[in-house]
Amino acid sequence: MKYRDIIENALNGHSADYCEIRIEETDNSRLTYRGKSLDTIAQTSGLGGNVRAVTKGGWGFASFNSLDELTTKVADAVAQSKAVGGLKTELGEVEPHVDLVPAYVVEDPTEISLDEKKRQMDHYNDLVWSVDGINSADIIYGDTSRKTFFGSSDGSYIEQQQIHVISRISAQARSGGDVQQAGFSLGSQGDYGLIRGLDDKVTDAAKRAVALLDAKSLEGGERTVVLDPVLAGVFVHEAFGHLSEGDNVYENEKLKEIMYMGRKFGGKHLNFTDGAAIPALRGSFKYDDEGTPATRTALVREGELVGRLHSRETAAKLSEQPTGNARAIGYNFPPIVRMTNTIIEPGEATLADLLAGVNDGVYVRNWYGGMTQHEMFTFSSGEAYMIRNGEIQEAVRPVMLTGNLFETLENLDGVGDDLDMNQGGGCGKGGQSPLPVSNGSPHIRIQKCLISGA
Amino acid sequence: MNAATDKFDEAEVYRIEMESHPVSFESGKLKEIIRRDTSGVALRVIDNRRIGFTSTTDAARESELVDRAATLAPFGSEASFSFPEPSKYPSVDIVDPAVPQVSQNSMINTGEGLIAKLMDEWPDLLCDARIGWSTGRGQIMNSAGIDETYEQTSYYCSLGAQLIRGTDMLNVWAGYGSSRLFGEAELDRLLQTVRRSLRWSKETAIATSSTGDLPVVFTPRGVGATLLHPLLSGFSGKNVANGSSPLGDRWGEKIVDERISIYDNPLINGASGSRPFDDEGIASRKLGLIENGIAGSPLLDLQTAGQLGMTSTGAAGRSLASTPSPNSSVIDIAAGDTHFEDMISGIKEGLLVEELLGAGQGNELGGDFRANVSLGYKIENGEIVGRVKDTMISGNVYKVLSQVEQVGDSSDWVFGSMRSPALQCLGVDVSVKDE
Repeated sequence: MKYRDIIENALNGHSADYCEIRIEETDNSRLTYRGKSLDTIAQTSGLGGNVRAVTKGGWGFASFNSLDELTTKVADAVAQSKAVGGLKTELGEVEPHVDLVPAYVVEDPTEISLDEKKRQMDHYNDLVWSVDGINSADIIYGDTSRKTFFGSSDGSYIEQQQIHVISRISAQARSGGDVQQAGFSLGSQGDYGLIRGLDDKVTDAAKRAVALLDAKSLEGGERTVVLDPVLAGVFVHEAFGHLSEGDNVYENEKLKEIMYMGRKFGGKHLNFTDGAAIPALRGSFKYDDEGTPATRTALVREGELVGRLHSRETAAKLSEQPTGNARAIGYNFPPIVRMTNTIIEPGEATLADLLAGVNDGVYVRNWYGGMTQHEMFTFSSGEAYMIRNGEIQEAVRPVMLTGNLFETLENLDGVGDDLDMNQGGGCGKGGQSPLPVSNGSPHIRIQKCLISGA
Repeated sequence: MNAATDKFDEAEVYRIEMESHPVSFESGKLKEIIRRDTSGVALRVIDNRRIGFTSTTDAARESELVDRAATLAPFGSEASFSFPEPSKYPSVDIVDPAVPQVSQNSMINTGEGLIAKLMDEWPDLLCDARIGWSTGRGQIMNSAGIDETYEQTSYYCSLGAQLIRGTDMLNVWAGYGSSRLFGEAELDRLLQTVRRSLRWSKETAIATSSTGDLPVVFTPRGVGATLLHPLLSGFSGKNVANGSSPLGDRWGEKIVDERISIYDNPLINGASGSRPFDDEGIASRKLGLIENGIAGSPLLDLQTAGQLGMTSTGAAGRSLASTPSPNSSVIDIAAGDTHFEDMISGIKEGLLVEELLGAGQGNELGGDFRANVSLGYKIENGEIVGRVKDTMISGNVYKVLSQVEQVGDSSDWVFGSMRSPALQCLGVDVSVKDE
């Protein structure tokens, strides 16, 4: 246990209510393509750490790259926490753990040679360019290994390693001043194999980009929309997930009145969960960055609010249990309440059932982005198609969807039976982005959803 | 550096050291005091005309960088440049020795004071604030003889407020940063911005009652939130070099209304983003992106300039773990001649846009923008009558800036890194929920 002695020695005799040290070692590889050729190839490595202390409810945090004089850094963070504190420290109870968690790997991307990675991405770049009408390609490949060494004054010492691989492949077509793009993102914890065998997807994206130049834009306004599992996953993340994060609620009396347990959000077909205790997804881990074991939390059961996501502090302040959702993107940030793997549980409808009876609606697939500000959210599709007479028809230009949590969940009237996970995304909050998360859903249908004009 | 110059045709070492000290308030109370120390080194080499890049924040592994760069360079992208030789740099004021002297207590007092002043008037608010300072030191050395160091200070303050009525939530905030320590005057401006947003949001209004081309007024912040990114993507040397900028070969042509002039100016004393030279050691200069409606120059670093057969405009920006790329520094948009009040009073029905949610998800490469108006107001018969909700705007920045109706007469700082007047434009598509 590499840093156990160093951490335990530095924490020895601290005078805060609680204190922890997290040290991190990272190694990253990255390839990017822009235009016709390779833009950058880089390997970076990092070492850093932080001390976090709480005294009488006040937090002190010190981050650094040099591990020298850790005891002084502990003293600094403790002094900062004392300058803040004036109330009471409340932290949810978590059993201390001593554990060593190796990386989950299927085919370790850090073991693949740079040469092979480059040949693979060169090939996809060539494929994009082999489609007539392509003007530029934008391709990213990245893998990262993050080892964390966590020790706390409660007696926990946990070493964990995570290896992630991500890729985004995007093709652009241009006609005069009109630039259109189409692409896809994917990600995996521990499996380079995911990067192989994408030829059909790549060619398809390039062809879609070219076709978009001739596609029509929709008029803005309200329509019935059917979302594919990928975009529906982004929807549950943006529209519901963020508002179920305990740190939004715990010191906000008004929000507590709105987000009370048992509140009805919609019909019995609405069942949402979040949790890292599912093997092998992007948001999966054994312990969060406060040393709390991962769980799975039901957020909505049969349309009613039944749970939310917590750090130790937000759990204690709301008299609920820690859920293992305190996560930090890196050593220079304190952990905050984050999602992990957020899921809309499947229902019984087939896609045909959801489409039946829809006229002048839109079928939206694939994601481009999403943002939330409390009850307001927006997210963008990567593809959009008209639905007429219950059938998916011609492609139109991708759309942005926006709404208000409370109305939209009431208008979510159909949940499919075909759960699928979206592993290609990352989440941003409080300046910490992109954090590995996944989300998933079956196809869903929303009535009266506001979409933008293009 | 010596090990690298021996081994490669050309080499560049970039080193940073930073220290930052924010204090943050949550829900009206002091919550956390942070100290961040960051240091690291990056090595970029050119060998057989190919680029290798690597970096580390682990001082014990610095010696690995040369070997790592040697492994990477044979696979690297083709270099279209050589590292520059030393040159004369302009002077710009980016250090204030008073900044690192700011005490923890003084920052706490500032935050408490701001929150108390807001709560006096609006007791139902939940306020957040962040006050902090930082110092940074950057060093660039290369095999052509550059060995330059610069120091920078920064002081910043942001203030946010949340108001909840039923399930209707309002978030407003304001922020400012400078390399200089600032005091009451700037803090008052922050308070005024937040108060003004709260006042304008007292009522909720329906964004549009008629169809057709509504005039839209962008506040200076609204210009930053809506128009700036899709516009700058057209000026990015990377997009120009690979042919995805819609400006293509339109340099020197009129692309927007002649009242529009936009500069990238890293030589403004005190501004966040000012610098004597860029992150490749090229001297800073004021660059006309658009002058009197005419497309001036793209933003170029060494690599994109080389690809285009031009010279760098001194626009290279980088973080420790990434290779340089062309970026704007301080954006300065020229003022016009219309008072903000006159702009509003001249509009029968229109929209005032301050902040967006989800900007950047549209097709920015083509100059398109679209987003939910997270903070915006309805203008009716010359008056601001309330906040709009469930409203989306979309359009194309080149089209909108060609349909400018009025340009505000004062150019205001937005977060200390951009200066803009308010702009009244046509050509924005407004979508709203059915009633």
